[in-house]
Amino acid sequence: MKTPADLKYTKNDEWVRIEGDEAVIGITDYAQDQLSDIVFVEIVAFEGDSLNQGETCAVVESVKAASDIYMPISGEITAINEALADSPELINEDPFGDAWLLRIKMSKSSELEDLLDAEAYKNLERDH
Amino acid sequence: MTEKTIFELSRPGRIGIRYPEPDVPLADLPEKFLRKDLPLVEMSENEVVRHFTKISQLNHAVDTGFYPLGSCTMKYNPKINEETARLPGFSQIHPLQPVETVQGALGLMYETQQWLAEISGFDAVTLQPAAGAQGELTGVFIIRAYHNSRGDSKRIKMLVPDSAHGTNPASSAMSGMTIIEIPSDKNGNIDTERVKAECDDTLAGLMITNPNTLGLFDENIVEACQLVHNSGGLVYGDGANMNALLGIYRPAEVGIDVMHFNLHKTFSTPHGGGGPGSGPVGVTKELAEFLPDPVVAMISEGDEETPAFYDLVTPEKTIGRVKSFHGHFGVVVKAFTYLISLGKNGLLDASTSAVLNANYIQALIKDVYHIPYERLCMHEFVTEAQWDDAPGIRALDISKRLIDFGFHPPTNYFPLIVHEALMIEPTETEAKETLDAFADALLQIADEAKNDPEILHNAPTNAPFGRLDEVKAAKELILKTQLPENYGKELS
Repeated sequence: MKTPADLKYTKNDEWVRIEGDEAVIGITDYAQDQLSDIVFVEIVAFEGDSLNQGETCAVVESVKAASDIYMPISGEITAINEALADSPELINEDPFGDAWLLRIKMSKSSELEDLLDAEAYKNLERDH
Repeated sequence: MTEKTIFELSRPGRIGIRYPEPDVPLADLPEKFLRKDLPLVEMSENEVVRHFTKISQLNHAVDTGFYPLGSCTMKYNPKINEETARLPGFSQIHPLQPVETVQGALGLMYETQQWLAEISGFDAVTLQPAAGAQGELTGVFIIRAYHNSRGDSKRIKMLVPDSAHGTNPASSAMSGMTIIEIPSDKNGNIDTERVKAECDDTLAGLMITNPNTLGLFDENIVEACQLVHNSGGLVYGDGANMNALLGIYRPAEVGIDVMHFNLHKTFSTPHGGGGPGSGPVGVTKELAEFLPDPVVAMISEGDEETPAFYDLVTPEKTIGRVKSFHGHFGVVVKAFTYLISLGKNGLLDASTSAVLNANYIQALIKDVYHIPYERLCMHEFVTEAQWDDAPGIRALDISKRLIDFGFHPPTNYFPLIVHEALMIEPTETEAKETLDAFADALLQIADEAKNDPEILHNAPTNAPFGRLDEVKAAKELILKTQLPENYGKELS
């Protein structure tokens, strides 16, 4: 299972790439593996919307289940990955690359402390 | 064996019935009502019968094989239920007839309300909701109406455990509630510390499924109900799993305030493509005045000379109608037939056998299939269908392989709190030989998963269709028949 060292993570299996005062958000390799084949991605907010940490920003549906994706940190959405609407399988193929979900302008940099580094994410206690 | 669609079998000009020459003058329909594009099928009676008989044989059904689809209670549906539902006194009446002329039907509805009240300990019952999820919605509306009637409209928070049925949060959300998910503790019970943390004056209630979707009796149910009641909330019980508890436990006695029954699961009426559901709702005395309009009441008991008289009455603070007329009346007739066929002791036997059968299968496979919460289960149990020494095998592969053995697969990937979940519910109506054969199949499949995984990846090979492309089916939604290109055009 890939866990790139330059990213930050949440317990809910989202990843965050910090780029200056912006951040790119996606879901992890572990998450896509657990969900199996993804058939539908819906970003439930628009560019320009401000969402708080923990709020639902997307819904990802696979042949197994539909899962809410939560904002790892608060911010204003500056870009949405439109490609996922037609090609949700990108998340299975390349969860850390082309399959990012959102780009945001961070509004509370203190929240970065809530995120896990790659090592801590890898060591999370899983149910099995 | 596959079968062409009826549109591919149709031939222009072919007929099944020859009508006699009319003995009245012909009258042409006005031109504007005539459709030239109406592609009706043209076949002989013989072809129609063969077509539908063949496609009925492509189905798996309770009448053809074991159907351990967890959470769905696919028990055998006794055929006497079909006989009674077709009696003219029940099937040839209209809901708008004067009540004096349908006393038998109303009496049956009243008796069913009484039976359900006795089984559950509730004081009043509505038969209106069309199925379980509508029963939930009705129940949450009743909870909301109760709080509002007391001027307590700030109560909008509904607690839902992560082991609840998926429809619970949906029903609450549709009622305008805010959903708070409550995790399970390490034994699979509701985490009462987390309930306590949410108990404040905005709490509308708790929706709890017992046994929960792990197939476990929630040992914290009394404490959870007390916590919610102490902070002014009400408890909704999801009765979908009542098949484990008939005659053993009465939900109202542990503190549930409102609960739905699934007549189509617990009380043996066909479902899952075989017929509509029915989701009656029972409530405590305090909530009876909020029930949907109307309910059936016994107006006079009658005596040796005069029969009892029943009427439809409107509860004082009713939430209104939730279904046209009186719900799925035919389903109620079937469920009532089941209730009186089995009687009090028979219902208790049904539940105890359902629990025994589930524990029997669990015991036969638990050394090979990991049981995440290993306790005595109720009417169903959940296993984690994955092994470190069988990489690449998922619950879905096991389910597909079970089809080759002639079994309907268990429920896959539910509840979500168990990885690669297989949820197995045998029901009480299966013989020991069937349970043994199913457990043997599971054990053989586990062996194949480790030694010859391709068999699982390629399964089913013994079914009319092989492995279906579920991703394509979910992404490319073709939801209507596509007529053959030259359909209906041969003669024109």
